Amino acid sequence: MAKVEMPDLVAHSVEKYKKPKYLKRNSVQRAVKRLIILALLIGFGIVVLLPLSWMLTAALRGKGEPVYTLPVSWIPTRSFHFENFWIVLTNDAYPLWRPLVNTLFLVVLNITGVIVSNTLVAYAFARLDFPHKDFLFKLVILTMLMPGVVLFIPSFLLFNTLGWYGTYLPLWVPSFFGSAFYIFIARQYMRSFPKDLDDAAQIDGCSRLGIYWRITLPLSVPVITVMSIFTFQDVWNDFTGPLIYLNDAKKFTLSIALTYFQRSTFSSGVNTTNLVMAAALMSTIPLLVLYFSLQKELVGGIASVGLKG
Amino acid sequence: MIDRVGKWLFPSLTGRKRREALEGYLFLSPWMVGFLVFLVIPIGMAVYVAFTRWVLIDPPPRWIGLENFIEMFTKDKNFFWSLQVTLKYMLMTLIPFIIIGLSLSLLLNHKMRGMNFFRTVFYVPSVVSGVAVTLLWISLLDNDMGAINTALRSIGITNPPNWLSSPQWVLSSVALMGLWGVGGGAIIYLAGLQNIPPHLYEAAEIDGANGWDKFWKITIPLLSPTIFFMLITGIIGSFQVFTPAYIMGGTSRFSAGNKYLRFYLLHVYIEAFQKGRLGYAAALAWILTIISAIVVIIIYNYSEKYVYYEEEGKQQT
Repeated sequence: MAKVEMPDLVAHSVEKYKKPKYLKRNSVQRAVKRLIILALLIGFGIVVLLPLSWMLTAALRGKGEPVYTLPVSWIPTRSFHFENFWIVLTNDAYPLWRPLVNTLFLVVLNITGVIVSNTLVAYAFARLDFPHKDFLFKLVILTMLMPGVVLFIPSFLLFNTLGWYGTYLPLWVPSFFGSAFYIFIARQYMRSFPKDLDDAAQIDGCSRLGIYWRITLPLSVPVITVMSIFTFQDVWNDFTGPLIYLNDAKKFTLSIALTYFQRSTFSSGVNTTNLVMAAALMSTIPLLVLYFSLQKELVGGIASVGLKG
Repeated sequence: MIDRVGKWLFPSLTGRKRREALEGYLFLSPWMVGFLVFLVIPIGMAVYVAFTRWVLIDPPPRWIGLENFIEMFTKDKNFFWSLQVTLKYMLMTLIPFIIIGLSLSLLLNHKMRGMNFFRTVFYVPSVVSGVAVTLLWISLLDNDMGAINTALRSIGITNPPNWLSSPQWVLSSVALMGLWGVGGGAIIYLAGLQNIPPHLYEAAEIDGANGWDKFWKITIPLLSPTIFFMLITGIIGSFQVFTPAYIMGGTSRFSAGNKYLRFYLLHVYIEAFQKGRLGYAAALAWILTIISAIVVIIIYNYSEKYVYYEEEGKQQT
């Protein structure tokens, strides 16, 4: 649990600091050093991006065109069959539009649950005073350390007993009951606002729920954004949950459907790696779009919380 | 009505205080219900189930005492096998990934124009994890035609590894995929690096320290809490490898990979949901928890000597 006591989630940077003149090294040395660093960064950056660009190249190959070429085509230069994404979504054998809709449905429910429950609980921990508060908060922290594996089987038994097996319920209901990690980061954030805000609103006759709704929530938008992105990512990538609880192909989420899609195209005997790659790429596009558009908030959140591995 | 509930719950408080306490618990109630229903009850059940013969298709569970645990250590060859696979993977990735992630974060810590772009790029693999990435790597690692082996051949390696279908290399394939995502760790180290007060380096420079001294005497000690954190999450992470193991090895397509990718969690999954032996699988899950707890506690005690927590650093901002 290192470095977690930092309430400011986004504006997190060391203040600008200028070195005194006598400590500056000569400029040639510095330029060479910068050049080496830049070269290394560009080199590693290319290595990191190449697999993704290969995926794009493969995904844009036409029907019957070889995906594996000699030499390797890392970057899309010819064939741009963008219709592949459409084929993947709407083909007759294994259309992926339904899993896509299912996944979005689960994402929306989970984000709603995460925001509602965790901000309520965090508000109590951050802004209210009640008996046993410290003990209860320690309990929250403790549950963060609980390995998920132990809950694998008993949760299954519990949901099975409730008759939730084969439904979406096990995959979204728990999000409405708070989760330790989000309670923790939201509480850290909410603690940073001045207490006078609450008092002033109370004197003006605002109820507790009113303060939460009109003052705390609007101020917590940055931390809510971070929670939403993490939830989106978790639900979108979740494989074990749907694997265990869903048995009806119509209900499959994208992650499960992808594995079936890969198997069905391979068993059909035709080489359809281009379509498998198109499907895989399609499933990562929403994450990439989300990441690039909210990059600043997300990296700031990861940096200051330092917990999401 | 509300007043009476408040009086009954918090007899020692009065007026505004009592009201606030009552409201506090109301706001807290979603978590308290969830804690009870999704945590306390399942954990209680997990303890009970581990001592029973509980088979999905053969409902009434039977109390069998320690038999599940005895079976694990005496009859179940796959138990030791999967433990071995998991530990091998951990040895292969834990320290190398920390060193690589740390080096990368040192590169990313320089003040330079466009640095934010590189930070964004290196984090991308962590965003797209999951099934799609595993499918991508299955294609990249194809023996005959995969991009990686073709590239290796073109630089003169005539006999590149048969990644996913050879017992020696299949674990390395998973590790290679993990290595691709090492930038996620680098971002966390970077946060640690940026928390080191610059005046420490200043002081060292005035005293005549070179880059090497500064790295070992300032950077490493002040970064030790982050490194320790990554060590612990790395250990827990290796015990939890599932998706790549399932997709690369669990399907029938790579029968050779199957056995060599039987990570511990996959073993638990197969026992629980393919064989339906929930009781036995629950016992397996407990053993995993106990093993990881022991490892974490050992490292924790050992680290007391080396991990440096700067109180002042903790309180700033």
